[in-house]
Amino acid sequence: MGLLDAGISKHNVVITSVDNVLNWARLSSLWPMGFGLACCAIEMMATNASNYDLERFGIFPRSSPRQSDLMIVAGTVTMKMAERVVRLYEQMPEPRYVLSMGSCSNCGGPYWEHGYHVLKGVDRVIPVDVYVPGCPPRPESLIGGLMKVQELIRMEQIGISRADALRKLAEKSVDPQPVIEAGRQAARA
Amino acid sequence: MEEGRVLPQSVQQSAAAYAVIREQFGSAVSDFDANETMPFFEVLEAAKWPDIALFMRDHPKLKFNYMACLSGVDYQAEEQLGIVCNLESLGEFPHRIAVKVKCPRDGGSIPTAAYVWHTANWHEREAYDMFGMQFTGHPDLRRILCPEDWEGFPLRKDYRVQESYHGIKVPY
Amino acid sequence: MQELGMAEQGSIRVSRKDDNVVVIEKDLATEEMLLSMGPQHPSTHGVLKLECMTDGEVVTSAEPYLGYLHRCFEKHCEVVDYPGIVPYTDRMDYLTGMNNEWAYCIAVEKLLDIEIPRRVEFIRVMVSELNRIASHLVAIGTYGIDLGAFTPFLFCFRDREHILNLLEWASGARMLYNYVWIGGVAFDIPADFNKRVKEFVDYFRPKVVELYKLLTENEIFVKRTKGIGIMPADVAINYAWSGPMLRGSGVKWDLRRNDPYSVYPELDFNVPVPDGKFSDVGDCLSRHLVRALEMEESLNIIEQCISKMPGSEGFNPRSAVPKRVRPKAGEVYARAENPRGELGFYIQSDGKTTKPLRCKARSSCFVNLSAMKDLSKGQLIPDLVAIIGSIDIVLGEVDR
Repeated sequence: MGLLDAGISKHNVVITSVDNVLNWARLSSLWPMGFGLACCAIEMMATNASNYDLERFGIFPRSSPRQSDLMIVAGTVTMKMAERVVRLYEQMPEPRYVLSMGSCSNCGGPYWEHGYHVLKGVDRVIPVDVYVPGCPPRPESLIGGLMKVQELIRMEQIGISRADALRKLAEKSVDPQPVIEAGRQAARA
Repeated sequence: MEEGRVLPQSVQQSAAAYAVIREQFGSAVSDFDANETMPFFEVLEAAKWPDIALFMRDHPKLKFNYMACLSGVDYQAEEQLGIVCNLESLGEFPHRIAVKVKCPRDGGSIPTAAYVWHTANWHEREAYDMFGMQFTGHPDLRRILCPEDWEGFPLRKDYRVQESYHGIKVPY
Repeated sequence: MQELGMAEQGSIRVSRKDDNVVVIEKDLATEEMLLSMGPQHPSTHGVLKLECMTDGEVVTSAEPYLGYLHRCFEKHCEVVDYPGIVPYTDRMDYLTGMNNEWAYCIAVEKLLDIEIPRRVEFIRVMVSELNRIASHLVAIGTYGIDLGAFTPFLFCFRDREHILNLLEWASGARMLYNYVWIGGVAFDIPADFNKRVKEFVDYFRPKVVELYKLLTENEIFVKRTKGIGIMPADVAINYAWSGPMLRGSGVKWDLRRNDPYSVYPELDFNVPVPDGKFSDVGDCLSRHLVRALEMEESLNIIEQCISKMPGSEGFNPRSAVPKRVRPKAGEVYARAENPRGELGFYIQSDGKTTKPLRCKARSSCFVNLSAMKDLSKGQLIPDLVAIIGSIDIVLGEVDR
């Protein structure tokens, strides 16, 4: 964490901004309500377990929405479940973040075309902050997605809204296409 | 069935079981279809289905105590719906057989087998949910997989997805 | 729930004690409460709603409400061609991808009437048995965590990671494989695969014993699962239970022995059926015991596969995979022994197109769960959690 690296040099005093401290506190102890619905739930459980150990990031899964600040929607959301997702989202106290894990909650997944009972992406009912692609995403991908949420939190300031923070994040992101092309050219050369 | 072709042993066992049923119920059941992948017969008088089911379960030579599967089917060309039951005798005899029961598409109904094999309860609820045929005498016939207020019967061949459900857009 | 007036409310006894103290004793009337467990609940193994009517802590009825994960598998089967259905079968019971694909391929191969090469059969048996161990590890781990034991969960998932590494090496994916294809397998197993599997088997045998000592013989676990949720054998058969559920009730029925497929007739393994010495026959502990003992039998099967598998010279895993799957007109109902029971596929083909006319998946968990209402009468709420854990449901298969 950048805050701690700043060097507690003399007399155990660090000078920083309130934003930094608040953001550091929030991102270091993200407590997700692991909303495990389908196959991605098993990968989420595997990420929580010993091999990929999410708890070293401070991420400790809670079962109740009222005690969590992140909702990981892992798995297919169906029409029958969609209203419950909204209700659980509304029960979470702010600041809250939503991470959509896997193809099914991103966009409907393999069931997008003929699945009459499948909600084509959980962002049709709740606002999503980070999308993690994969079917199911590897635990490393999920950890990458969680680090993206942490980046998002790091951008927050008491003064600016979530939308502005997202815009700032988008400015910093890199379009992957030129990077891929450059890599291919280098490989061909 | 071609003349002179020897049927596999499993089909012969099913045919022997069918003979017992045919002897009891005569023309209420159709002829035996002795194909190799799934030998079956059809119940022509649907109203007799619970009696046939009970007979098949309790007769000492049949003892079909295990209903492996009950699937609903949509015969679009014949304008009919139907069920296909796969029955087996667990631990008693090695024979297996399949039974078909049909009913008309609009407003058709088939008597329930839920009191003979308890597992048929949920299978019939699913068939009703997906196809829309009624099961007369079923203790609790309501949708099981789709929500209670879903419109239409999804596995019918002419099913069209509804545009929205409770304000949420359904198609992609 | 009756509206009781004061005069009818239980019995009222009035007595006069010494010193002119009047004692009035009344029996308390209780009401039934509707308690909805789920669909989001840490102990229901997924999105299952249990509507319980409880009288205090005693459950009078617990009815499962399904459909929260209904993903329209059977509709997809009618619009996607036969080989394309294999990834969808993976996602039904997502803990046992290889077994699901194999059950489906058995059904289609019966319709097509093709012969599978011998090495393919042994590969299929090996990956399926590895997947069986992985699935039972999740079942045991999550059962422990439902009852409050956190450590077995971590131990089980640690060992499961080794299996997932092996299966990823063979097929390319950790969980949803698309590996067993109609007529063969997608890729041949890598060169050192058998050696690594043997290492895993040797590593895992003492771990099974460790898990036994940690969880199965633990006094708290035994007290919470012994005598709970007893299902007699004939009722279990009438409810069409299969797999470890049926064997836990004392019925020795295993499709790998009683309706054998593939190369199982050549393999030597036992079918564990509890005899009532350690647990009561038909209770939750029996079902758990069957799963724990089956893991060891799977290890034996895997070792035999390694020794009996034909070599890979000149082997093409896709040699019997048809270019175009268009079975003749007909129907088939075929099934395989999945870790949770009998997974059967009823496929109806019209002989003209490359898509099935009707494909119904007879899922083991759907049928096993249907007995929930009867099993839960008169149990306490914590016992309800123990019963669901012992049924070992995976909602993807229940709802398809």
